[in-house]
This record gives sequence, C-alpha cells and structure tokens, in this order.
Amino acid sequence: MRKSILITFLVVLFGTKLFAAGEAAKPLQVDWTFNGFFGKFDRSQLQRGYQVYKEVCASCHSMKYLSYRNLGEKGGPEFSEDEVKAIAASYQIKDGPNEQGEMFERAGLPKDKFKNPYPNKKAARAANGGAYPPDMSVLVKARSGGSDYIYSILMGYDENPPPELKIEDGVYYNKYMAGNKIRMSQPLYDGSVEYSDGTKATVSQMSKDVTAFLTWSAEPHLEKRKRIGFKTIIYLLIFSVLVFLSMKKIWSRVETKM
Amino acid sequence: MSEINYKPTSAFGKWFDERLPLLTLFNGHLMQYPTPKNLNYWWTFGGILTFCLVTQIITGIVLAMHYTAHADLAFSSVEHIMRDVNYGWLIRYIHANGASMFFLAVYIHIFRALFYGSYKSPREVIWILGIIIYILMMAAAFMGYVLPWGQMSFWGATVITNLFSAIPLIGDSVTQWLWGGYSVDNPTLTRFFSLHYLIPFLILGIVILHIWALHIPGNNNPVGIDLKKDGTDTVPFHPYIVIKDLFALVIFMIVFAGFVFYAPNVLGHSDNYIQADPLVTPAHIVPEWYLLPFYAILRSVPDKLGGVVLMFGAIFILLALPWLDTSKVRSAVFRPIYKQFFWLLVLDVLVLGYMGAMPAEGIYLLISRVATIYYFVHFLIVMPLLGYLEKTNPVPLSIADPIISAGSGNFAAAKKDKSIN
Repeated sequence: MRKSILITFLVVLFGTKLFAAGEAAKPLQVDWTFNGFFGKFDRSQLQRGYQVYKEVCASCHSMKYLSYRNLGEKGGPEFSEDEVKAIAASYQIKDGPNEQGEMFERAGLPKDKFKNPYPNKKAARAANGGAYPPDMSVLVKARSGGSDYIYSILMGYDENPPPELKIEDGVYYNKYMAGNKIRMSQPLYDGSVEYSDGTKATVSQMSKDVTAFLTWSAEPHLEKRKRIGFKTIIYLLIFSVLVFLSMKKIWSRVETKM
Repeated sequence: MSEINYKPTSAFGKWFDERLPLLTLFNGHLMQYPTPKNLNYWWTFGGILTFCLVTQIITGIVLAMHYTAHADLAFSSVEHIMRDVNYGWLIRYIHANGASMFFLAVYIHIFRALFYGSYKSPREVIWILGIIIYILMMAAAFMGYVLPWGQMSFWGATVITNLFSAIPLIGDSVTQWLWGGYSVDNPTLTRFFSLHYLIPFLILGIVILHIWALHIPGNNNPVGIDLKKDGTDTVPFHPYIVIKDLFALVIFMIVFAGFVFYAPNVLGHSDNYIQADPLVTPAHIVPEWYLLPFYAILRSVPDKLGGVVLMFGAIFILLALPWLDTSKVRSAVFRPIYKQFFWLLVLDVLVLGYMGAMPAEGIYLLISRVATIYYFVHFLIVMPLLGYLEKTNPVPLSIADPIISAGSGNFAAAKKDKSIN
C-alpha cells in the first residue's frame, strides 16, 4: 500500500510536469569549485571576478551590502590589507556633515560600503531606459538556479534570435531568461577585461569568474559553513552510535524480563 | 500516574521540596512516568518537537537582538545578520530551517496520531490542545516569514491578510485593522514582529498543558489498547524512553544539520532575497511548503469566501475528529479498511501540497479540486461510516502477552475478556 502511494505521488509529480513546459532553456551546469561537501572558492577566481564586477558590472549594478573590507576577509577573494586599502581609496565617498555642517568627499576606507553607481533608484532607472539594474549583493540567492543560472544568463546572448520571436527596441534575446527577453545588453565580450594573472579573458571565463565572485558575495561564509557542517555531522554520527549502544544496553534489561 | 514514593536525597533537596515540590513533580513526570514499552519510533516526535520549539525560541531571541522591524531596514538588518553578526548566518539558517523541521516533525506527529487513533477517548483534550498548537505554529511561521521583508514576505502577507476581506460586511474593516493602514506596510511588519515573538511562548504554555493532559491517561501505543494496571506493560520514562527519544533526536539533528549546512535555502523561495517592492508582483506567489496543502484548498474554490471557509474548515475539522471517528478500535493495525484510507489521506495531502506550489489553472486546478473533495470526504463521510461498517481484526489483551482475544475482534470484547482476567 505504501509503495503504491509513493508511486502514485511520483506519477502525479512528474506527470503534471509535462504540462508545465517553460520557454526558457534549462541553465547550463558548471562544476563549481564551491559545490559539494568540501566546496571552497578559488581565490584567484574571486579576485578575477571582482575585477570583472568592478570594470564591467559596477557601472550599472550596485552591491550595497558589501564593504571594501569584505574583500580582504577570510573565505573571500582575500586581497591583502594594502590591496584592500588601495581599492577603497580609489573611490571618492561622500561623508559628513563636518564641523561646518557641510558634506564633503573623501577617499574611500575599507569600512565603507561599495559605492553605488547611481544616487537613487530613479536615477538608475532613468539611466537604463526604465529598467532597474538589480543590486548584486545577494543576486545569486535571489534567482532560482543560483550560480548556474547567473552564468547561463551571461552566456545566453545570441545576436540571431529565433525568427518567430519579435525582439523590441531596448530588449535583447537571451535563451535562459524567462520569456527569452532581457533588458540588459550583452555585458561581456572576449577581452572585455585584461587579467593580470595571464588568464585568457574569454566570455565563458569572465562569466565563470564573476559568477563565482557573486556567489561569494551572496554567501560570504560559505566555506566556513561547509567546514563546520562537516564537523557537526561527523560529531552527530559518532554521538548517535554511542546513544544507540547505550539504548540497546538499557533496553536489554526490559527484553530479558519479558 | 499512580502513587509516587519520592524523597529527595540531599538535605537541601528535602528542604526545598517541602516548600515547593518541583523535584517531586519532575521525578513523577520526567522519570517515573509509566510509558508503554512497545512504543515505536513514530512516538519519538513529541520529544523532537519540544527540541524544535526550544531551538526556535533560543535562536529567535538572539535574532531579535540584531533584527530591525522596519519596512526600510528589515531586509538590510537580515543581511547584516548574515554577514557581520558573529555566526549570525548559522543562527538565522537554524531558525529558518528550524521552522521547516518543526513542521516536518509535527506532520509526522499528527499522522502518527491519526494512524494509531491517539485522538480517541480518553485523549480528546490532548488532541484538541495539539491542534491549537498546530494552528498557533502556522500563525507564528507565517508571521516569521514576513519579517525579512523580501518579495515573498510582502506578497505572502498581502495574499493571506486579504483573505479576511472575504468576510461579509466587515471584511474590509477587519483587513485594514490587521494591516494598520490601507495596505501591508510598516505597521503590519511591526505588529507581526510583536506577535511572532509572543506566539512561541503561548505555544510553550499549551505544550505544558498538552503534556499534562497526556500524563492523565498515559500514552497511547501501537496496539492501541488500555494498559494493564499491574505495570507489566510499562517502563519508567527515564531511562528507557529518554534514551530512545535521544537517539531519534540525534538522527533528526543529522537531517536538520544537512539542511542548515548544505542546503540552507532549498526550502525557502529565491524571491525572498529580493527586497519587498509593493510595485512589483512576483510571477507566482507561494507560501512555505508546510502551508501548501491549505493554499491548494483555498485556490480550488472559485469563490473567495468559499475558499477561505474551506481552508479554515480543513484545519478546524480536525478539532471534531475524536467525534467523527466512530470506531471502537483505536489502532489502524487492527483496522484493515481504515488503514487503506489512512494512506489515501497521506497521498491526498501530499498531492494537495504539490498542487499548492503549481499555478492554479488547467490540470492542476482539476487535481486540486478532486483532492480537496477527498480531504473532506475522508473526515466527514469515511471516518464516521467506517466505525459501523468495518470488520476489525482481533485485538490483543495486553502488550506483555499479546494473546488475541477469541471470536470477535472488537475492542469492547477485548476489554470484557480483560476484566475476566
């Protein structure tokens, strides 16, 4: 009976799936270094990813929950202290008011949040033909499909859309986007950035690097989480064996009486 | 609970216990309490649920220290917890997944009661208190899901609070009263936070009543018969049940840890990592998985008021269950027909849950409607009728010597035989 219940449930589950065929293509699957039980970020990949964000994405997309200091923290890109200071100092941050009651600009410090490309949401919309470029801090967690989906979107542009699809002005074809249309033009082309570590800046390479960076920014404690998780589960497994043996011992008194 | 002969051993213990018999209380209810010795692992979920409640309260109190209940700040305060608070990510993931684990455990606990007839006389009050706890859990979970102020928080709150507008005449006023304004906004968030903090303590109080009521007749058991008075059917709660509950709890914690550390967001919705925006409606508004069966019932009715009535009816009908079930035999082990219907109900609720996550159209809507009808048929027609129509199997006389009573297998006969012994 239980088996037939399970089978019926599975039939309903997958049977009805057939009726729900979406139009967006299934995201590409990438074998990320941060997948799996022992997943870790690749430091140099995160550093390259930050470069792509800074040089390409950051002109439209904010990352308001990140501070420059995060770039030097453990489990992230782990830039050196001096590098973090230099990165922060390359931005002019509005501060104040000072003793005279005036706002002023100063060089960025590691404690500052990432500088927003636009003063407010309306300015962001106005500069992008009415489309709001979403904040990227938690973008990977805010899209179903996560890292694979973000990577796929970056790889999903095609200048020759299927002829039956009408592409309006200000909209671009992307086969992984719901509805196959996206308001963002293709952001990455071969050689969009120049990597200092000699890695070839192909679209695929840059897409992977920036996606890894965004995965870290959405989940900055991912490495620590997986490390603690492994220890916790090992501990619980050993503990369960001890409790199980104690239980057998204690209950043996009852069973012999019976 | 028969007479307890307990004297604290230490001088201070004696002194204190004469003035406030807490030690006697704990000794009676947590140590000597006679428990059927044939309880299987489905009975360990009471202890697991207590663990879940305590975990939610402790993690919740810590989260409240760092959280800001304000429409403009809630989302970023959650990100602050995830990024900057020491182990904030761990505490929040335990709390968020803890809610799911709590419901997983409570559903197993409820279906265990349904299978073994634990709601039947003389345990009706335990059952009713349990359903009240379940309803409070749903309220707490719903309000908790609103607090991060993501897209699903906001739109989930909008959909659910809008249900009250279906009440004739006063609906709109009630809804505005709930919102504290003309839409879901900051006043809604702050009151939800306040209530979300309050409800777990109400649950804790009712849990104490639930256990108190349980300790009057004692546990039901897989055989579903009353226990022998001489005590050969029971073992003391400590250490026998304590160690067994602990073992089950540790296994449960491994599953829990699996979610917290390796899939902390699979049970949530990705849209909730987008800050609430009253101007952008998500493509599909779905509640958390544990509320989906009721959501499916709500949407299966074309009329709004009808849907609301049916949805609340589906929950409140459980309160009447002890009187809807007319069978004299408690355990489904001896009820061959009811057993089939029980599994059909399990399937029905799973299907409803799946349909609740799908768009309410076409084949999904049709299946939801059939499943909704069966849900009510099960409780309103099948359960009352089965008591009269079903021929039950012979019930044993006691747990210790499982001799099957001769002749007719009904419970009354078994009881009669027992009194002859």
